[in-house]
Amino acid sequence: MTLAAPLAPTLPLIVAAALAGARSFGVPRRVADTLAIATSVTTTALSSSLLIGSTHGPIVYWFGGWRPLPHGIAIGVGFSIDPVGAGLAVLAGTLVTCSLVYSWHYFEDVEALFHTLLLVFLGAMVAFSLTGDLFDLFVFFELMSVGAFVLAGYRVEERGPLQGALNFGVTNTVAAFMILWGIGLIYGRTGALNMAQIGQTLAGRPPDALVAASFLLITCGFFVKAAIFPFHFWIADTHAVAPTPVCILFSGVMIELGLYAIARVYWMCFSGVLHVDAGEVRLMLVVIGSITALVGAVMCFAQHHLKRLLAFSSMSHTGIFLIGISLLSPLGLAGTAVYVLGHAGVKAALFLCVGILLNHFGTVDEVRLQGRGRRLPLVGILYGTGGLALAAAPPFGTFLGGDVISTAADRVGYSWIAVVTLASAILVGGAVLRSAVVVFVGTGRGFDAFYSTRLGDEEPEEPEVRRRLPVFMIAPAILLLVSGAVVGLLPGLASHALQAAAMFEDRSYLAASVLATGAHPPSPSSPAMPALALSDLYHGVGSALGALLVALVAIHRARIPRIIRSAAAPLLTAVHGLRTLQSGDASDYVTWIMVGAACVAIAFTFGLHL
Amino acid sequence: MSYLPYAVAIWLLVVGLYGVISSRNLIHMVVCLGVVQSSTYMLLLGVGYRFGAGAPIYYDVPLRTPAVDPVVQALCLTDVVVEATVMAVLLALCVQAHKRFGSLDPERLRPLKG
Amino acid sequence: MTARLRMALFLSSMAVVAAFTGWGAAQLPGFGRYPGPYGDVIDRVGVQQRRATDLVSAVNVDYRAIDTLGEEFILFTAATGVIVLLRAMRDERRRPDEEADPGRERPGTTDLIRAAGLPLATGIGLLGVYVLSHGQLTPGGGFQGGVVVACSPVVVFLAGERITVRRLPPTSALEVAETIGAGGFIAVGLAGLLAGAAFLQNIAPLGSTGSLDSSGTIAIINVVVSVEVAAAFLLIISEFLEQALIVRPTGGRGGG
Repeated sequence: MTLAAPLAPTLPLIVAAALAGARSFGVPRRVADTLAIATSVTTTALSSSLLIGSTHGPIVYWFGGWRPLPHGIAIGVGFSIDPVGAGLAVLAGTLVTCSLVYSWHYFEDVEALFHTLLLVFLGAMVAFSLTGDLFDLFVFFELMSVGAFVLAGYRVEERGPLQGALNFGVTNTVAAFMILWGIGLIYGRTGALNMAQIGQTLAGRPPDALVAASFLLITCGFFVKAAIFPFHFWIADTHAVAPTPVCILFSGVMIELGLYAIARVYWMCFSGVLHVDAGEVRLMLVVIGSITALVGAVMCFAQHHLKRLLAFSSMSHTGIFLIGISLLSPLGLAGTAVYVLGHAGVKAALFLCVGILLNHFGTVDEVRLQGRGRRLPLVGILYGTGGLALAAAPPFGTFLGGDVISTAADRVGYSWIAVVTLASAILVGGAVLRSAVVVFVGTGRGFDAFYSTRLGDEEPEEPEVRRRLPVFMIAPAILLLVSGAVVGLLPGLASHALQAAAMFEDRSYLAASVLATGAHPPSPSSPAMPALALSDLYHGVGSALGALLVALVAIHRARIPRIIRSAAAPLLTAVHGLRTLQSGDASDYVTWIMVGAACVAIAFTFGLHL
Repeated sequence: MSYLPYAVAIWLLVVGLYGVISSRNLIHMVVCLGVVQSSTYMLLLGVGYRFGAGAPIYYDVPLRTPAVDPVVQALCLTDVVVEATVMAVLLALCVQAHKRFGSLDPERLRPLKG
Repeated sequence: MTARLRMALFLSSMAVVAAFTGWGAAQLPGFGRYPGPYGDVIDRVGVQQRRATDLVSAVNVDYRAIDTLGEEFILFTAATGVIVLLRAMRDERRRPDEEADPGRERPGTTDLIRAAGLPLATGIGLLGVYVLSHGQLTPGGGFQGGVVVACSPVVVFLAGERITVRRLPPTSALEVAETIGAGGFIAVGLAGLLAGAAFLQNIAPLGSTGSLDSSGTIAIINVVVSVEVAAAFLLIISEFLEQALIVRPTGGRGGG
């Protein structure tokens, strides 16, 4: 067990280095593929052992053997592994494995470097999820980012990937500076970099401007990574142009890691000092999450480039995840955890379907694909089912997660959250279903120039356009979609998530375990998972039906009476205005990041008791 | 004044971000990101300084001599390498952008919108 | 967004953020009054524990070695990324020898420059080796030394008359060197595991304070890191130089 902790992140790193070096000796493609898949499977297995081992208490591993000093001062870097972090590491490993399997036939021209980059990305994600040190978090955040920049710009012979990668690079680098500023400020106060030690030093004192500024900067930096409004503008550009296996990783686990970092930093470092203002913090973050969910859903519906559509749907879901986290209760966090697991499989399957379409037809534009998908009925079924899953239909994990979040919101008096999540799910599911009907059935007009993103045809991601569905492309898609359903059906998953969330949010218990100060606060409480009521099922089914309805309305919109259409015109103008904000210019994006940070700063000034 | 270094750091942050926002040349934008990164160095090193203390190098100085904080200096070293390499990747993208678009003006490379 | 609207939005929000951050920074203890405890602890115990007199290196390579491992891999990934991003496209070719370009006039180098180049390159190389090997004693270390060592072949390139980019150390050798550097760091860590200690624990003999072979794995890691850093920097430099000097589009017209 103690070996799995250092090996889980470093194994992919050393294999990545070996693959890069062996490239000079002409290692055959299949050997590199096999080695990379074997490595990611092993990493997933190691992370799973960490997940199982940490259910009863955090696993603490000190690098270099530097155990903390008796009075709770940490002098080395430690991993503090709990089920939430280990679970994300397992998710990362699984998705990287799927990406590697999908790209078995892929990228014939750049030898083994794609595998190197993916393995480094995996190692960084695993270390990011396991670490208990704030600066270590930053270092692996940067490693993740650099790998992501290169992977996003991989198809650098086209213009789109260049712009997408540049926007991604500039915005996430600004985010990294903000995080580092926050770390510097909090180090100036506490003189510590270990998150548990920071939390212990800050706890019990009243919050002041320093704590608030540090929390602001760190949170806003991670908001950029997590694609929260208005820090989200990079996500559509990047997903539109990144290769399909990379999109799976970005949507499935990378942006979720941004939210994980916020939750981790809040609970381990700031909860002791900000809990006096927990209600205000909760309100602020819930509002931000709700705005993100709704804006993402609306933008999603307005796209006809399928990858951008899915990118905005990821943004909408990230808003829902943030709502779950910001309820500041174990039940909310558990709901987010379940939702993340369910969403990852479904979103990955959808991206794989879009990748198949790209390879068969050379385009992912809904308008141009109209009706052409009739040749691929299996893909159409998968894609449509994915749309239902995004609409939070039972039995998928998305339904279960959304249900738990709504229950948690009810308990703290935020019942209106259910409306927000319902509306987002309906719009997002409706968008996917609409495109499914247009592409795979052929009825209705694809969305027209009112929503114009002239991207032009994209080059297929493979040298020749395929005529048959290769197994390596369709099998992972089926498996991932099924996993989304399994997450929703697996008995006990939700209760385990709840136990994990309760441990995650118990700062004093974790700090005592990590710093080994000898004090033994009681183990975190074990709340019970509320049972699923029949009304929740109706809710889920209603959401799916709503999505279908919305999709049909959109397809047959020419038949809507003119009166209703003119009444809706101002709404459509607002949506159009929203779309013009997505200008493709990195300077605009950075401006919006600052605007967002300023709004949160103002909210902190008046909301917190500074 | 005992808060001047922090004020300088904030000024660098503002100036660097101003450069990024108003930039009409991609390479200029990347270098302005470098200016923003300098602000983090000022902050970190300023936080760790102690009046009357020497460098944390004990090669020719007796032990127990007061020294400044070596941890922030180590963090700065890490930071320098990290940001330099990120800039290398961004500059490679700029080179390719110049080849593909024929221009380094961010306004001119905009196929992705909406 | 128009440029003026963008500037207005930016200036107003930056003012708010800067003011808020400044307010926060004003709650710091003040310049020159570092409160500890992390730095103080390291200052007190670092020299005895690791027989290293340069505590910054000790922190970087021993106390917080996993951070340095991540940083080294960021450099590795960036070099790999530059290779990927600047790879030959289908519509480009590499001119076999840059001297065959009729339109390009290469400024010749004079005897003076060539004469100055060799001792300069040697001196820089030696300085780099000195800096990296004395990292545990005086300011220096793997990263610093590696960067200085990387400058040495570049000086040769600049001073030489007929040295082409190709004759900077060849790319394949550099990639292997990078692998040795990056993998070597992890190997040192794994050695710790194999010896029954923690990952990246300092298990090599510590020697005596102030001597060149003191502080155990710190010296070893410095060497390994410098190999990686030098190789990565040379790779990045040679990729960019190749783009400028050798890569040309087929068909004669510039791309885009």
